[in-house]
Amino acid sequence: MLSFLSKRLLVALLVCVTVSALSFGLMFLSGDPAIAIAGSGGRAEDAEAIRVAYGFDRPLVIQYLDWIGSALTGDLGQSIYFNVPVTEIIGNRVGVTLTLGFISFLVALVIAVPLGIAAALRPNGWIDRIALVIAVSGQAIPSFWLGLMAIVVFGVWYGMVPISGAETWQGYILPVVVLSYYAIPELMRITRSGMIDVLATDYVRAAKAKGLPMHLVISRHALRNAVLPLVSLAAVQLGQLLSGSIVIESVFALNGLGRLAWESLLRSDLPVVQAIILILSLLYVVLTTLADILNAVLDPRLRGAS
Amino acid sequence: MQFTSKIMTGLAALAASTSLTLATPALADKASNTLNVAFAAEPEPLDTYKIAGRQGLILARHIYDGLLYKNLDTGEIVPALAESWEFTGPLTMEFTLREGVKFHNGADFTADDVVATLNTVIAPEYGTRYSISVDWIESVEKLDDYKVRINMAKPFAGAIEMLADALPIYPHAFFTENGSAGMAATPIGTGPYKLVAQEPGIRYEMERFEDHYAGSPKSGATIDKIVVRTIPEMNTQFAELMSGSLDWIWRIPPDQADRLEGRVQIVSAPIMRIGYVGFAPEAMAGDTPIANKLVRQALIHATNRGAIVDAFAGGASKVLNTPCNPAQFGCAQDVTSYEYDPEKAKALLAEAGYPDGFEMEMVFSAMPRPTAEAVAADLAKVGVKLVLNEQQYSAGIGKWRAKELPAFFSNWGSYGIGDTAFILSNFFGGGADDLVQDEKLAAWLTEADTASDRDVRAENYEMAVKRIADEAYWMPMYNFNVNYGLSNDLDFTPHPDEFARWWASSWK
Repeated sequence: MLSFLSKRLLVALLVCVTVSALSFGLMFLSGDPAIAIAGSGGRAEDAEAIRVAYGFDRPLVIQYLDWIGSALTGDLGQSIYFNVPVTEIIGNRVGVTLTLGFISFLVALVIAVPLGIAAALRPNGWIDRIALVIAVSGQAIPSFWLGLMAIVVFGVWYGMVPISGAETWQGYILPVVVLSYYAIPELMRITRSGMIDVLATDYVRAAKAKGLPMHLVISRHALRNAVLPLVSLAAVQLGQLLSGSIVIESVFALNGLGRLAWESLLRSDLPVVQAIILILSLLYVVLTTLADILNAVLDPRLRGAS
Repeated sequence: MQFTSKIMTGLAALAASTSLTLATPALADKASNTLNVAFAAEPEPLDTYKIAGRQGLILARHIYDGLLYKNLDTGEIVPALAESWEFTGPLTMEFTLREGVKFHNGADFTADDVVATLNTVIAPEYGTRYSISVDWIESVEKLDDYKVRINMAKPFAGAIEMLADALPIYPHAFFTENGSAGMAATPIGTGPYKLVAQEPGIRYEMERFEDHYAGSPKSGATIDKIVVRTIPEMNTQFAELMSGSLDWIWRIPPDQADRLEGRVQIVSAPIMRIGYVGFAPEAMAGDTPIANKLVRQALIHATNRGAIVDAFAGGASKVLNTPCNPAQFGCAQDVTSYEYDPEKAKALLAEAGYPDGFEMEMVFSAMPRPTAEAVAADLAKVGVKLVLNEQQYSAGIGKWRAKELPAFFSNWGSYGIGDTAFILSNFFGGGADDLVQDEKLAAWLTEADTASDRDVRAENYEMAVKRIADEAYWMPMYNFNVNYGLSNDLDFTPHPDEFARWWASSWK
């Protein structure tokens, strides 16, 4: 178990370093940041002054080492746009993203897993059909469209919820519905297919044959085995919900990390973009590593495998 | 996205018009005398000297005042914090300051504030965003409590324009102690509105400043409170506007404006910003067809600019023949124009030695893709194949300055200022953006930019504008317009400098 853990952590660390170096380099491909910061009215002299002021005139490698060095001490630099420490801005915005991401994740799990189990118990039954419709539509409908339609119907038409912003808890209702709707299909389908496979195994048949009630067969024997791929997928999904809500945050004017990343990219606020990429990639790495560990705990077979 | 937007606008309109009985109507903001505003982009921290975007500048102009103010309706410069001013020498100006003006924190406005503010922001280490706005000031001296002298570092024709609300005065005690970051965190000015709450970039709340000085060009505000939010998605803004929770939005795309018309107030107004295709005779060391004047003229004749403007700009936009906005001082309109005539274009190309056309790259930045594609389609008809490349402005202008681009399609806003000085000097005055390097032009422009006599300036600009048209250095496209979406109750007058003046707005 110990060697399994250390291997996983080493891989995780390498992924973090690679992502941070790549993202740092990529930012400079989209044009000269000094000119971007000077804005469209900026003259060449303004851009030059900015280049020197922010140290963009130094070699890229030096800039990267400088940045990663301070990042390790918890200093992510100053936002060029807001002129305050990056950690402060991210601290202000991370709450919205975490709230939105976790609630949507829980809602998605609570709906997807039971629905997936019910669908697996009677494949091609009516629950399965309804689940299929939800899955297909959830995959096919773009989230920005669904978000706008939800605004029209529930915000403008019926006036039941605020149209945008998160000044009250009601502001989270539509974004959570839309975001979780987008996460449900995959979670549900993998629960369903896992359950169908497991339900066809000999040990489940044996459990049924010895007269165990169906709910115990499911919870004690079937689900525990079917849940393994679900855990891996859920970790990735949670990562996506936390990092990929840019569209939802824009549509509903929620000021989370996703939107901050997008806007910072547009205004070439490099320190903020780099910090967010670093944080989100760390988050992914932590989540997938946790999922691997959780799976190893759940399934002794995995511990020796890797 | 475009398609969905259309559906969305239609649906939202339908919803708004059919659902009055279903929804609890939002409290009209006229009733609470609160103006609810949304921007799509986040305002920058509210230290005017470091702001590039319009959103932050609009907020700042409600909070701070400059020494002077420009009445755009009459073109007149009027007193603001300064009561009067005069040139006491070719490079010195003296200002008599207004007495009895109070800052939002209760401090009295005096010469110390002017001296401390301007002397701080002209220092290079302060990092004022646009050096052009302050680099003409050498130093500022206090003569007495209500008199200051500005010593200029060089002749600069835009000086008075800059002092007209673009260089705000901060309270010296607070500013000296807290610096730029302090001003941004706690903006304190003498303006008609004071900031009472802000979540930077997200939400701002301003209240009318009851002690705003009498005689201010920004006086007479009637709206009690202004709430500004950032809502990035335009469709969400439309929904809020139609449901009554917003009263003011702007920069609505033309096709969306048409759909909203009738449901809310839509106002289209021309602005200083113009679109242009810059040609670079200097690019690739002069080794491109664009270095040939006949080719440049042919390209303009080949482009159906009228159709492009009608189709993609709409509203108050018009085809331009000058590399400046007709609304700007010095932008003479009596110049060579090149009508749409593909046959003439072909003949010119043949004469220039390109009977079968040629291929060249054009980067476009911050212009709608359809406009660039339309230009390319028109040029293809005369045999010129444009290789289109959409880039961020920073990447595009970087390539331009590196002299790697024969043609660059973008736009320029002149900082919203009604004077040709800025755009002409930037692109034809011999600097890094000037890929024409025409010595005659540079000489006229230097003369025009530094002369204090308006007639001398106008005369030199006219010569420059005419030469640029004759030589076809640019293909000017059109002046931009802005569509505003307003609550039906709101009385708002837009201005060509894109600075919304909410202090002059009221309810009908």
